Amino acid sequence: MKKEIRNDTGTDMDLLRFITIGSVDDGKSTLIGRLMYDTKSIFEDQLRAIEESSERRGDEHVNLALLTDGLKAEREQGITIDVAYRYFATPKRKFIMADAPGHIQYTRNMVTGASTAQLAIILIDARTGIVEQTRRHSHVVSLLGIRHVLVAINKMDLVGFEEDTFDRIRREYLEFAESLSLHDIRFVPISALNGDNVVDPSRSMPWYKGETVLGTLESVEVSSDHNHNMEDGRFPIQRVIRPQSAEHPDFRGYAGRIDGGTFKPGDSVVILPSGTLTRIDKIYSYKTELEEAWPSMSVTFTLADDVDASRGDMIVQAGSLPSVSQDINLDITWLNDRPLNLSRKYLLRHTTRETPVLVKGVEHKTDVHESRPVTGDFTVSKNDIARLRIKTADPIFFDPYERNRATGSVILVDEFTNETVAAGMIR
Amino acid sequence: MKYKLNHLDQLESEAIFIMREAAEQFENPVLLFSGGKDSITLVHLAHKAFYPAKIPFPLLHIDTGHNFPEALEFRDGLAEKYGTRLEVGYVQESIDKGIVAEEPGLNPSRNGLQSATLLEKLREGKYDAAFGGGRRDEEKARAKERFFSHRDEFGQWDPKNQRPELWSLFNGRKSPWESFRVFPISNWTEMDVWQYIKREGIDLPSIYFAHERNVVNRDGVLLAESPYNRLLPGESYEKKKIRYRTLGCMTVTGAMVSDADTVEKVIEEVAAARVAERGSRSDDKRSEAAMEERKKNGYF
Ligand SMILES: Nc1nc2c(ncn2[C@@H]2O[C@H](COP(=O)(O)OP(=O)(O)O)[C@@H](O)[C@H]2O)c(=O)[nH]1
Repeated sequence: MKKEIRNDTGTDMDLLRFITIGSVDDGKSTLIGRLMYDTKSIFEDQLRAIEESSERRGDEHVNLALLTDGLKAEREQGITIDVAYRYFATPKRKFIMADAPGHIQYTRNMVTGASTAQLAIILIDARTGIVEQTRRHSHVVSLLGIRHVLVAINKMDLVGFEEDTFDRIRREYLEFAESLSLHDIRFVPISALNGDNVVDPSRSMPWYKGETVLGTLESVEVSSDHNHNMEDGRFPIQRVIRPQSAEHPDFRGYAGRIDGGTFKPGDSVVILPSGTLTRIDKIYSYKTELEEAWPSMSVTFTLADDVDASRGDMIVQAGSLPSVSQDINLDITWLNDRPLNLSRKYLLRHTTRETPVLVKGVEHKTDVHESRPVTGDFTVSKNDIARLRIKTADPIFFDPYERNRATGSVILVDEFTNETVAAGMIR
Repeated sequence: MKYKLNHLDQLESEAIFIMREAAEQFENPVLLFSGGKDSITLVHLAHKAFYPAKIPFPLLHIDTGHNFPEALEFRDGLAEKYGTRLEVGYVQESIDKGIVAEEPGLNPSRNGLQSATLLEKLREGKYDAAFGGGRRDEEKARAKERFFSHRDEFGQWDPKNQRPELWSLFNGRKSPWESFRVFPISNWTEMDVWQYIKREGIDLPSIYFAHERNVVNRDGVLLAESPYNRLLPGESYEKKKIRYRTLGCMTVTGAMVSDADTVEKVIEEVAAARVAERGSRSDDKRSEAAMEERKKNGYF
């Protein structure tokens, strides 16, 4: 017997994070199962377990959808509730996939999964075409600033693999997407059940000449996206490292992660909020002194001058200062059962900083089905999307979300229940 | 392009970010040290995250009393190497105090009992956060776990009421009686861990590599000879060249027949493996929802 080798043995591979969204029964679980099965990411005993489960349930085929069914409560109800994360790889890339529920009452889970995604797969049932849910999913994807969208038009086998159906849905989608800010939209006709155009090109749809779903995931270029903003040097301080040991008596390092731009020893930097100007002395990654550091690297800076800086402060390149303000406009998704209360104080978390905030007003709510503002209704409750004006107790230093996902995003926390009640994007 | 990070660099950076964040947000964190490769990797990451300062929290090991002696020896050496305090909670003590009772049967697992000892130790030490080496790819129930996982007063996890976790804005606020579990390597796969171990030259206990040992084959699970296992009539031990993929109680952790005696060979073997990692732990097999149940009860 030929030994099958897993795909993920390379030590120097690319990583892509994406989210898969669909309405109930569009075939999301089947697609995910198919992707994992065809990339050999399923182990023998996992496969055996779902074969047995399928049999117990009386399913006709091995139900690949069962593979992604996480928790017991969900198994009982037969629907995906929370975001689940899946891992698979091809020789070209490793993938972290957020598997997000599509139903309106789980918008908050979708937002959670979308917040870290670089690409979104939106599923559409070829028989029904674009439905209300599709608009809502697309709106969330646009709001969360995911640049790449792969619209997978599924169940093509049930519409005779017809090019016309695919074209019609494609045209309709593009028309509707004009009101959104999606930058790169691709369409793939698939049959998740049979695997057409998922990993292997479909024989039933010779008219389709584009990439398969996996081919797209493998080749999409994401390194120039705004979550890798290369222009504005941003370094929120997480922790001050002072060993005070015999070996390192005077070491004072600022630990954090680069959230934008690049930094080199010798660079002139400003520390916010104090405005102190200094230079970077050294950049360490563990014991290594780096010549340069760039987005998403966790490093430790030492500075040329003895300055007073601590957690919550931000070191920025002197040539590209962020906005500093206490009055902020935010697009938020409300995540909590208790609606927004305008007479209450909330806590705002932004980078490594926390400050109390008051919500000064609700500008408008968004009807996500129509992608247009609703006026006159100012209650913001769970799963609602709204534009808020807030005032922070201390100034925050930020970039618009569109420019930088890390320095443009916030969460609101209820100071009594400690729950995360809203996700916000600074506009 | 020049400004890239490969997958191991990205995962390492994420783990370090989370460890630093937890060290700041919680007053008194502790690292749950199970003795396995994932928690050894965690200790290595903690060392890197705070260097040149020492790891700013102690290690806590829950000793089931059914441990591999090699793992215990390794544990003590590791704590010494990094100059961190090591605390040990003994399941035997919880049994002696009557807090929990030993399972009946031939190969009693103490995994379920660990939770009680763990919770007691966490209370005793007033630890408000505990780092764990759990990974989302390990088991279905873990796939939905957060990086910062909220626990109630009883250490219970409520999978239906998890806090949303967005971008890298982690919310560790809580009432004084609540706590968190923090999983910095959530996004790593088994392969990632092995590759990282190789890249970083991380030492592991010898039982991860092929060696000769007396084992008995019980229902397809190879159990090591130990004072805690009894043989059934008709069973006998035989010497085999084996290694372990995960470490747990000697009573339930199955070995695999293997010749892989170096990290490189283990990686080759993992690459070819068609049996999921936890597949050789008989406690997960007990029921399809086993892990989830144990997690709800406060298991790591
Ligand atoms: N004919 C056909 N049926 C499909 C296809 N994809 C999924 N299905 C079926 O549609 C139903 C819903 O699929 P599932 O993956 O559970 O949907 P989910 O709710 O989106 O996860 C199941 O009965 C699937 O077998 C497809 O490409 N063609």
